[in-house]
Amino acid sequence: MGRALVREWPPAWRPRGSERAWIAAFLIPYVAVFVAFMAYPVAFGLWMGRSPALYAELVRDPKFLPTVLNTLIYTGVGVNVTMFGAILLSGYFMDRSRWIKALLVLFMLPWALPAIPAFLAWHWMLVGHWGFMNSLLDKVFGIEGPIWFNDYWLALGSNIVATIWKWMPFWTLIFLAGRMAIPQDIYDAADVDGAVGVSRFAYVTFPLLGNLYLICTLLSTLWLVGDFTTVFFVSGGAPARTTEVLATYGTHLAFDSGDPPLGSAAMLSILPLLIPLAILLIRRLRSREVQL
Amino acid sequence: MKRIGKIALGLVLAIWTLMPVYNMFLIALDDDAAEYSGHIWPSDWYWESFRVIWRQDYWYLEHFWHQFGNSCFMGFMTMGLTVAIGSMASFALDRMRMRHGWALGNAAMLTYALPSSFLAIPFVHIMHRYGLSDSLWSVIAAQTMFAAPYAILIFQHYGRLIPLELDDAARVDGASPGQMYWHIYVPLMAPALVAVGTYALLLAWNEYLYQFLLLSSTDSMTVAVALDQFFDSDEAPWNYMMSTAIVYSLPPIATYYALRRYMVAGLTMGGVKG
Repeated sequence: MGRALVREWPPAWRPRGSERAWIAAFLIPYVAVFVAFMAYPVAFGLWMGRSPALYAELVRDPKFLPTVLNTLIYTGVGVNVTMFGAILLSGYFMDRSRWIKALLVLFMLPWALPAIPAFLAWHWMLVGHWGFMNSLLDKVFGIEGPIWFNDYWLALGSNIVATIWKWMPFWTLIFLAGRMAIPQDIYDAADVDGAVGVSRFAYVTFPLLGNLYLICTLLSTLWLVGDFTTVFFVSGGAPARTTEVLATYGTHLAFDSGDPPLGSAAMLSILPLLIPLAILLIRRLRSREVQL
Repeated sequence: MKRIGKIALGLVLAIWTLMPVYNMFLIALDDDAAEYSGHIWPSDWYWESFRVIWRQDYWYLEHFWHQFGNSCFMGFMTMGLTVAIGSMASFALDRMRMRHGWALGNAAMLTYALPSSFLAIPFVHIMHRYGLSDSLWSVIAAQTMFAAPYAILIFQHYGRLIPLELDDAARVDGASPGQMYWHIYVPLMAPALVAVGTYALLLAWNEYLYQFLLLSSTDSMTVAVALDQFFDSDEAPWNYMMSTAIVYSLPPIATYYALRRYMVAGLTMGGVKG
């Protein structure tokens, strides 16, 4: 793999006659789909959740604040453990011996496995007295396992662990690609300076991958905050709908309780947190152009 | 010593990765449909449930192959549309050096501030207005929309690795932008196109909420929605459900492993600056 050199990109120019038509032709599919299936629904969603009374109603719902807290714990722990684990594991997979290459192929399986079967498997693994996990604990170690979904922290933890299992491979692959783009001479120079092991990671690898790490963390945060599938299939909100996150809670309000505006409001309530993250992400993506 | 540590970590990773997968087979191969038996080793090797799926012999599975076809149509259509729309937009924004092109790329990224599940409620309403409720196309549109910003991001960064001089030379030879796109951009971008296509396919295959909310008739239903129907019943045959889940997992896994060697090269995001 070649190294990823970011070249000086020439400035934009004013297109001439026929080029302008071509640009329009290339952009129209995206813009049309964007307006019809993104901009309009977003605007409609904001319009649905426009009334302040909805937010007052939400705050009065005793389920709302715990749900926000769950979402923050789920996303915060899930993203950070995934990312830190992924960047460490990407170093492990840099080893090009044959069996580690083979292991990488296997390790990517959770990413290629669709979410629903994967999370159903997690659910059945942990459910009740005789899920696979408890049978294993019992038969191999002679321990009686807990009823995982009867305990708030165990259920929330199960959701988080399942998410990490599913998404860590993808980010490991991204960081692996990033590490492969680091020129070997930088490491050679670091070797001369005696940077090995932890200090090599802390002073060479991590600073070089810092921007990528931040971008990936932001992206995965934005993706995970709205995650519906994991919680819906793994814990299903158990025990007694205490581990729900905003995505499942809002959907529940909108479609089971038949109150779409309230459901929209529930989901929009976290927007003040997400917009700064999205802006930071865009700035980091742009800054790569000027920064060395 | 170091080698032992590596092997130990490798074993832990293998067990960690395989445990849920193993559990899927454990349930699928159990002949007692109603309850989990507490075995940690498949005692019966009961392959019958796969035969039931093949012949659609159970009433939850009556339309299995039709649903499977719907899932494939949805997944591969999302894959193709994401790659086509995303690469055309990136070509215009970056290769044709459109002014304020970044603004459009940024607008795309900004949509990630509103996660897809958060948009589901207004989206369902609007699909009713468009007359697209209960249509696979509404789901394809949603999936494409959520894969596109990431696609544009990857394409823009990967595209920087291709020298602009190639376009200049082609232009001197009288190539139109359409020819430049098709004969220069697409072939050279192949790893990124494949990586993003795989990403979009897996995204569509992972997704559940939109399919659940939008697809209700037997005709348009996908396997994802059908799988959840097992939960409507009190004594659903879980071995059939898990076998269905396993069969459902095969297309994305096959696609991923077939295209695997492009993934690392295609996902660099411009990675690190040398």
